[in-house]
Amino acid sequence: MTTPGQTVGPFFHYALPYPRGAELVPPGSPGAIRLHGHVVDGNGDPVPDALLELWQADPDGRVVRAGGSLRRDGWTFTGWGRAATDAAGHYSFATLPPGPTEPGRAPFFALTVFARGLTDRLCTRAYLPGDPAALAADPLLSGLPAERRATLIATPDDRGLVFDVRLQGARETVFLSFPGRR
Amino acid sequence: MEKQAAISAEIATIEAADAGTGTAQPRLDYPPYRSTLLRHPTKDPHHADPETIERWAPCFGHQDVGELEADLTVQHAGVPIGERMVVTGRVTDGDGRPVAHQLVEIWQANASGRYLHKRDQHPAPLDPNFTGVGRCLTDADGTYRFVTVKPGPYPWRNHLNAWRPAHIHFSVFGTAFTQRLITQMYFPGDPLFALDPIYQSITDPRARERLVAAYDHDVTSPEWSTGYRWDIVLTGSHQTPLEQP
Ligand SMILES: [Fe+2]
Repeated sequence: MTTPGQTVGPFFHYALPYPRGAELVPPGSPGAIRLHGHVVDGNGDPVPDALLELWQADPDGRVVRAGGSLRRDGWTFTGWGRAATDAAGHYSFATLPPGPTEPGRAPFFALTVFARGLTDRLCTRAYLPGDPAALAADPLLSGLPAERRATLIATPDDRGLVFDVRLQGARETVFLSFPGRR
Repeated sequence: MEKQAAISAEIATIEAADAGTGTAQPRLDYPPYRSTLLRHPTKDPHHADPETIERWAPCFGHQDVGELEADLTVQHAGVPIGERMVVTGRVTDGDGRPVAHQLVEIWQANASGRYLHKRDQHPAPLDPNFTGVGRCLTDADGTYRFVTVKPGPYPWRNHLNAWRPAHIHFSVFGTAFTQRLITQMYFPGDPLFALDPIYQSITDPRARERLVAAYDHDVTSPEWSTGYRWDIVLTGSHQTPLEQP
């Protein structure tokens, strides 16, 4: 029988975040982009005690099998990072854009969301906006109504991409369940 | 703030409504835990077939975790106050395969029920010899092992006179992104179980009992520490054995 999840609670900040956890690459390094956004609740208020984890392919679409995420050497791209939201509910990663893991597929960041008041973790995807044909053909996105689909597609800004996580409300983010597990 | 009796009545009503239909996971919409009200998604999760990246999990190695990080009693000059104990168990996937060489993280209150966290205002003493954070990698058999002290129960402000049963927070990775788990491990026979809306957010009694460790006298060692065993079962991995990234 599967072990159930429980909330991350309010007291994870001294345990889970770690230095350079959100810097999959050094900010400002060649090719680096910022993936950032806000986590908001059903009132549109910021969630200042959320934790996001990012897992992604490298720019060539390869799944990275390198360790070193917890103690970054500044050279190895591990494909994984962790960021807590700040008092304004804002999170930010410095990373590289993932490539398609198969030719023609729409690349995305896989995200896990934890928070006080969230009894279990949530999974979602932040798709890159650049390839409309691939997005239109994506099996997950094409199964969603247009307004819900939009919650999964990051939007460009001057340094990279914006992806907000809305836990409730009219533009509630699409969260995913996988076979056997929410 | 509501009294415990009102919260307990809400807990009982939801459990009765869910009887026989409870799932292995907590309800996201669980009003007795008041902070869920504005934070639980209102729409059903969208079913997704895991894609390539979601069938793999990040790798961690010995460059990530120091040997001493698994012993929470040796991180300071002195020995922490409290019941020294070993917590050990195996991480396996839904098919019974060990999750080998993977990261396990824990954090917890000290023996007095106080976290070393700036937002913890519980007027119980901090312990200068206890941080309450540990990490280790599972071995080839999926086994993790920590040395720590038993955490105390602590109050929170969900309702009047709300107390959390003693617990250790666990963060576990599988071999696939989809298996990611953060949960809490409890101790057998805690009188606060019935009163706690976080524990009770898993409305299937058999499922929530999966979070309770077992006292294990074979893990206890003479003149040194008590021992608890707690195994963690993740969902299936979505990987075929020969799949390569
Ligand atoms: Fe806790």
